[in-house]
Amino acid sequence: MLVAATDPKALWYLTRSFGLVSLILLTVTVGLGVAQLVRYARPGLPRFLIAGLHRNASLLAVATLAVHIVTAVADPFAPIALIDAVIPFIGRYRPLWLGLGALSFDLLIALVVTSLLRQRMGLRAWRMLHWAAYACWPIAVVHGLGTGTDARTGWVQLLYVVCVGLVLAALAWRLSTRWTTAPVGRRLGGAAATAVIVVSVAAWASQGPLRAGWARRAGTPSAQLAPGAPTPGSHR
Amino acid sequence: MTRTRRLLVDPIRCDAHGLCAELLPEMVQLDDWGYPIVSDQAVPAHLLGHARRAVAACPTLALLFAEAEVAQPARSRR
Ligand code: HEM
Ligand code: SF4
Repeated sequence: MLVAATDPKALWYLTRSFGLVSLILLTVTVGLGVAQLVRYARPGLPRFLIAGLHRNASLLAVATLAVHIVTAVADPFAPIALIDAVIPFIGRYRPLWLGLGALSFDLLIALVVTSLLRQRMGLRAWRMLHWAAYACWPIAVVHGLGTGTDARTGWVQLLYVVCVGLVLAALAWRLSTRWTTAPVGRRLGGAAATAVIVVSVAAWASQGPLRAGWARRAGTPSAQLAPGAPTPGSHR
Repeated sequence: MTRTRRLLVDPIRCDAHGLCAELLPEMVQLDDWGYPIVSDQAVPAHLLGHARRAVAACPTLALLFAEAEVAQPARSRR
């Protein structure tokens, strides 16, 4: 399928592709954040470079998400307002799943802004807020599965699996590192909580977005579902 | 312009990440445990930019500027 500039579906393609690019960037950001925390370094890959990449990947994610959001709002097919991207759960179009995207975006903005002002806000407050990264990323993944049209496409599923695998590996790395001062009990708790979340999300995904008929169940307004409705970018 | 800046490490906060020594090797060396030894000289003007980057990059915000007034009649300080 060619995405010509005149194709009425172009906006919708942009929304989806920039969503996936943002997922990759967020995954990279989390991985680099952990790499920085555990003091990973190699000859030719010094720590300041990892720190800089971590920061820049997160800034890039903000930019790609801006495209993701603006194109989603501009797409005449789905009734999404700009405010739905900022204030969670108020929209008409798949309110829960879109709302999770808004929530994740809010967390991302909070993470980036506080990090840029880190020197002024003090270390403790910044550290506490930076934990939000571990909420921001999984919420974004559930948003992607729940809103996405692509959850049933093979290579997209592969991308999700790779991203989830990378973040799980980063978490395992973080929980097992000698740099962590947290007591063993708390680390095991973290690992157990992670396992519960992964299993529940996987169970939900296999019953929900990975099955046919998700669009209706996800809360797509009936106007967009009616057969023969005007469909520039017919969401399944 | 009589303000000079020196660098200080807060030894309690410092976690021996060593970013500062990577970014400002002219003024920061690491000891055998990876903790920084910072020159006590004033930061020369041509290194100020690098020093600022090192201060901003320290993961634990342990690298700090210490402002030192150089003796000279205190004129309007902004
Ligand atoms: C301007 C943007 C950002 C800056 C300057 C920044 C800075 C940092 C720094 C300095 C650390 C290391 C802390 C340490 O070594 O003790 C860190 C850790 C981390 N960052 Fe960021 N960060 C930014 C944005 C983000 C975003 C947007 C995310 C995720 C969505 C993120 C995820 C993480 C994670 C997961 C860690 C490991 C934290 C831990 O396990 O305690 N960061 N970040
Ligand atoms: S960058 Fe900060 S934590 Fe790392 S060695 Fe320098 S002062 Fe210490």
